Amino acid sequence: MSLLEIRGLCKYFSGVHAVSNVELTVEQDSIHGLIGPNGSGKTTLFNCLTGIYPLTAGEISFDGKSISGFPTHHLAQLGLARTFQNLRLFPAMSALENVLVGLHIHQRTGIWGAIFQSAHVKSEIADFLKRGQELLEYCGLGGREDEIASSLPYGLQRRLEIARALAVKPRLLLLDEPAAGMNPAETTELKGLITRIRESGITVLLIEHNVKLVLGLCDRVTVMDSGSVIADDIPERIAHDPRVIEAYLGKEAA
Amino acid sequence: MVLLIVGLISVPFIGWWKALLLGLFGAIYIWATETEHKKPRLISTLMLGRTTLLNRIRQYPSFHFSFLPYVVFALFVLIPFVFNRYQTEIITLAYIYVTLAIGLNYIVGLCGMLALGYIAFYAIGAYTYALLNTQFGVNLFVALPISMVTGGLAGVLVSLPALRLRGDYLAIVTLGFGEIVRIVLNNWDSLTAGPNGIMGIARPSLFGVKMGTPLGYYLLAGGLAALAMFVQNRLAKSRTGRAWEAIREDQLAAAHSGIPVFRMKLLAMALGAAWAGAAGAIFASRQTHISPESFTFLESVLVLCMVVLGGMGSVWGPAIGALGLIIIPELLRGVELYRMLAFGLLMVWMMQFRRGGLIPSMRLKTSSRVA
Repeated sequence: MSLLEIRGLCKYFSGVHAVSNVELTVEQDSIHGLIGPNGSGKTTLFNCLTGIYPLTAGEISFDGKSISGFPTHHLAQLGLARTFQNLRLFPAMSALENVLVGLHIHQRTGIWGAIFQSAHVKSEIADFLKRGQELLEYCGLGGREDEIASSLPYGLQRRLEIARALAVKPRLLLLDEPAAGMNPAETTELKGLITRIRESGITVLLIEHNVKLVLGLCDRVTVMDSGSVIADDIPERIAHDPRVIEAYLGKEAA
Repeated sequence: MVLLIVGLISVPFIGWWKALLLGLFGAIYIWATETEHKKPRLISTLMLGRTTLLNRIRQYPSFHFSFLPYVVFALFVLIPFVFNRYQTEIITLAYIYVTLAIGLNYIVGLCGMLALGYIAFYAIGAYTYALLNTQFGVNLFVALPISMVTGGLAGVLVSLPALRLRGDYLAIVTLGFGEIVRIVLNNWDSLTAGPNGIMGIARPSLFGVKMGTPLGYYLLAGGLAALAMFVQNRLAKSRTGRAWEAIREDQLAAAHSGIPVFRMKLLAMALGAAWAGAAGAIFASRQTHISPESFTFLESVLVLCMVVLGGMGSVWGPAIGALGLIIIPELLRGVELYRMLAFGLLMVWMMQFRRGGLIPSMRLKTSSRVA
């Protein structure tokens, strides 16, 4: 069953066709790769999906329901979380606080509850501190909860962003170049993390330039070039698709 | 606590200063003789090296924070007795500004929105009480919540269009709002009596007890400031406060975490404006006469300075900033000519070397388990 369906999605920036007529289906419980040269519209597509950009045309449905035009925070509440190509952590907050922000929508305490702090509220606070720490541990950040996000090493900042996205309890996780700037060892760990995330029942849509990582990890890969989808297939066939090789390496190589 | 009571009882017999000294010695005595590792604490502390001692203080932040509230409370109670009437009134005014600074801290410090016309909400609160009292004879304690509501409503009203903007643009719109309010107050003669202002505002009484004395105002303004700080402290550490800080740090990422950014900003504005409204009501009753010239743009800037210098986002910071910016200029009256110069230099120095403010906001620590 398909979790996310994109039909005829177009996004034009006054004449620039950043994304035109994209069709994309992400199956439940799969890892779906999205690759393409720089400027091919991958991140724009993500931004359309999470409600940052209004669509020029097209239709997005999530779990069978249309979500076109929903505000970003509403989409997160429906179970759509993401990370960013250029990290967007809350730099002055600690690692744990970053994750707690992700857990915001699952907490119930309102302002009166916070002011009067009944036993119920206190237990919720303790409960969520524990959940935050568990999530950090899950993403390999155990023991670093009190460190300020901006002072963490780059690889850990990347993983902290994933932890924060997981805190939202998404059904679909959008990862925008999670391995960018990582060394081979860090990339291998990341691969393990993404596999575990899928096993826990979260569908992953992954933008990545590291072709080896994408081909080794994904169940299905969509290739974009200049705003359009040029191929959509299983990884084995994508690697040998002449259109894909042409988009990446030029006509002669194909 | 026992000490405080004993101290207070002994006051009439031995006088203030001696009672204070007695209390101080008593406190040191109790602290020093309490056993730790089976030795009196004084001995065990003296046996520690300098580095271990410093480490100890660092390791246990609760060490100095645990009795800080008592010290602050004791000071709060003692001030009106130790200082003369003039000095007490200055401190009362400072408390009103503490409430204002705490209110603005919701908007600027926690939520990261640069709002410049903040004093307009103070004005609205003040005029609400002034009009309710002079027209309908409403008691201050009844009018106080009403002033909070009108202040908060004004906050929501200006927010609805203004919160779609960010940074400099928001600052300009709120600045404009502040000026609009002042000019309306200045020109709506039939309601606000224009530049003459409203006179003869009643001083408060509670169950027949007249509160209009300097001591009454001292307690009233101080109580309001303390309540504002208490509420903000609780909120800032809660899920709500964290959401505000997330918006301040990265609005887009906050929205992607499911935080309704617009609604949270609106809440910060409404709360900040409501506290300003309450402070305004107390100000109006204390002055008994208010006019638009009390609510100029410079006042907005002053409150903003309190928040920025004190420490945006922390609760003690803006409070200390407000006390400092009201009391220090009074202390410097002798060198009035150089006052603004010193003030300017301090601002430049702060922004260069201590950008987080005097008391920067503390991060959540898992060890202390506060949230």
